[in-house]
Amino acid sequence: MNNNPLVEEISLDEMLVRHFETHFDFISSNDIPSVSALRKVAMKQFLTTGFPSGSDEKWRNTEIEALTEEHFNYYLEPNEPERDIEDMFRCEVHNFDTEIISMLNGWYLNSNDRITILPNGVVYGSLRQAMKQFPELVEKYYGKIGDITSNGFVSINTAMVQDGVFVYVPDGVEAEKTIQIIKMIDRRESLFVQSRNLIILGKNSKLSLMHCDDSINHFISLINTVSEVYVGENAHFELYKLQNLNNQSGLVNSTFIQQEANSTIKTNTLTFNCGMIRNNINVDLQGENSHADVLGLYLMDKKQHIDNQIYINHNAPHCSSNEKFKGILDDEASAVFNGYIHVARNAQKTNAYQNNNNILLKPTATINTMPFLEIYADDVKCSHGATVGQLDQEAMFYLRSRGISSGNARLLLMYAFAADIINQISIEPLRQRIDDMVKKRLRGELSVCEKCVLHCGMPEKEYHFDIDMSKL
Amino acid sequence: MLLNIKSLHVAINGKEIIKGLNLGVNQGEVHAIMGPNGTGKSTLAAAITGREGYEITQGEIWFKGRNIIGMPAEERANEGIFLSFQYPVEIPGVSMTNFMRTALNAQREYRGLPSIPAGEFLKMMEEKKNLVEIHSKLTNRSVNEGFSGGEKKKNEIFQMAMLQPSLAILDETDSGLDIDALKVVAKGVNELRSNDNAFIVITHYQRLLDFIVPDFVHVLYDGKIVKSGGKNLALELEEKGYEWIKEQYQATSEL
Repeated sequence: MNNNPLVEEISLDEMLVRHFETHFDFISSNDIPSVSALRKVAMKQFLTTGFPSGSDEKWRNTEIEALTEEHFNYYLEPNEPERDIEDMFRCEVHNFDTEIISMLNGWYLNSNDRITILPNGVVYGSLRQAMKQFPELVEKYYGKIGDITSNGFVSINTAMVQDGVFVYVPDGVEAEKTIQIIKMIDRRESLFVQSRNLIILGKNSKLSLMHCDDSINHFISLINTVSEVYVGENAHFELYKLQNLNNQSGLVNSTFIQQEANSTIKTNTLTFNCGMIRNNINVDLQGENSHADVLGLYLMDKKQHIDNQIYINHNAPHCSSNEKFKGILDDEASAVFNGYIHVARNAQKTNAYQNNNNILLKPTATINTMPFLEIYADDVKCSHGATVGQLDQEAMFYLRSRGISSGNARLLLMYAFAADIINQISIEPLRQRIDDMVKKRLRGELSVCEKCVLHCGMPEKEYHFDIDMSKL
Repeated sequence: MLLNIKSLHVAINGKEIIKGLNLGVNQGEVHAIMGPNGTGKSTLAAAITGREGYEITQGEIWFKGRNIIGMPAEERANEGIFLSFQYPVEIPGVSMTNFMRTALNAQREYRGLPSIPAGEFLKMMEEKKNLVEIHSKLTNRSVNEGFSGGEKKKNEIFQMAMLQPSLAILDETDSGLDIDALKVVAKGVNELRSNDNAFIVITHYQRLLDFIVPDFVHVLYDGKIVKSGGKNLALELEEKGYEWIKEQYQATSEL
């Protein structure tokens, strides 16, 4: 078909619906039947709900209409890259060797290539290829972990998405290398972009995954990503999400994780920059003795907005969850944190912890934080807490009285606040790099990167920080 | 003169606390400032170190020939003023090592010196820790977090030893210390005493002055120094209490 942008002076939702109707055969041309069937169900759902708006309880504090009412171009096929792709996706983290998956403007690069099967059995590739080579696996999990009715973004993604990442770690396999998905937006136009990831971990397996969302343009984009993760019995999964997009763009990221018995997960959502971000993280603890660490750090300024919605569903006994999000907000930035913990009637001996701490650097910054605990079992331990504050003035004076400038004293205190989350990154070279990025961000020197979020523009130049934070 | 305070008036929230205080301190001297609670001892320390919220309504504070009123706290520190806090602040997440290294390098930068090499810094840390008998590893500990009362005060003297100020103000360093910790703190201070630096020791009690022997003792009352003398004045205060000073002061102010 003709790859002209589908742009018309109609609203985004109308445009999407129209193209769904006109181009359904094309959109679903790589599908297995169950995926096609799901598209129809999802579109039916989207037709009744549309995109969420401020009148929806769960979107009350995020003015998503500001984005969904913009005009975007939407492509049903990838464009020819406009620059040297290899250079763009080169990721320079020293001593950190990853399997890199590059996605440009929502499309898997070289998606006609075969799926990669590593010697240890780990499989990764584009979702559309996976539907050809691993149809049973896709059919078993696709759309089963995520709730396609949970909001309009998930519905429209399910209805129309054409590409994404597939990862499969077979039973008993521990993936040595981290798999890194780098998603870049570089078009010189406003885009609505969707992608879908399906990650499957078999029994007794192990995987760490990085998911970087970047933009290197200055146009408005709206990125709608849905990820489904299945974590089998006694499997261990780590997910690092790095979000660094321009000040105009929006990102709606819905991650659904299902855990079987004795499994562990750790997700760390690190938000450095973006006009508007909504992270929906849904964890279903389905098997006994499973554990989830759901962590996050957000550093926002200007008029940026972040909304983290975390759902932890304790559906089995003897599970534990630890939710911790920390944020520093400057200027007129705003943040929302809603942490839902749902403990089912049979989920006895649940241990659930939830915490959200915020520092507001200016009186114009705002945070709206709220825990929601729904507990139906009677033998559980649940705790929650939230703090909102300024930098500790006593500590500021103490540092300054030792000769440390007020600027550096502020940095030290902000860094100390954030370090709590950074220190929980278990891959050491990555922890160091993130540490560096946080320092840069706190100094106001991390702009939208020239290249990959981890590239930081100047790989050959070691970044120097006034305050030597290195552990001696 | 190292420090010269001339007719200083300090107010907090519009309420005058220091009401015309004069004090001169030369290099090599130790001055003790004593007095009942609420007479302005800690306010004086805050005014000298540049703490915000303390309004200097009148007077001058000269340090090394510069009037430091209006100078930011960090600049005063880098000029050589140090305060040992009555209540040291806990700063979770900031390690002692990073804190000290940052402070030391800020001072060196201020003085036009290059950053301290890591090896030299570590050697210095070890040496100064021994001085105040801190045996724990400071590297991984956050500033004052989880320190006992005694450790916090030792840590203040440790920082003083690291930064080598020309004027150190010890604000009730003896409060909350048992006799052993007090001796350790005093020993640290005495080892740092030289002809180039000076100390202002703020205390309620004579006890500390048995170990850190002052050259001058001043009694602060109602925001002024109402009596000055040698080290024997402290003994007299210990024996007779503050009542006679108050009576003497009220008698003279009624004249």
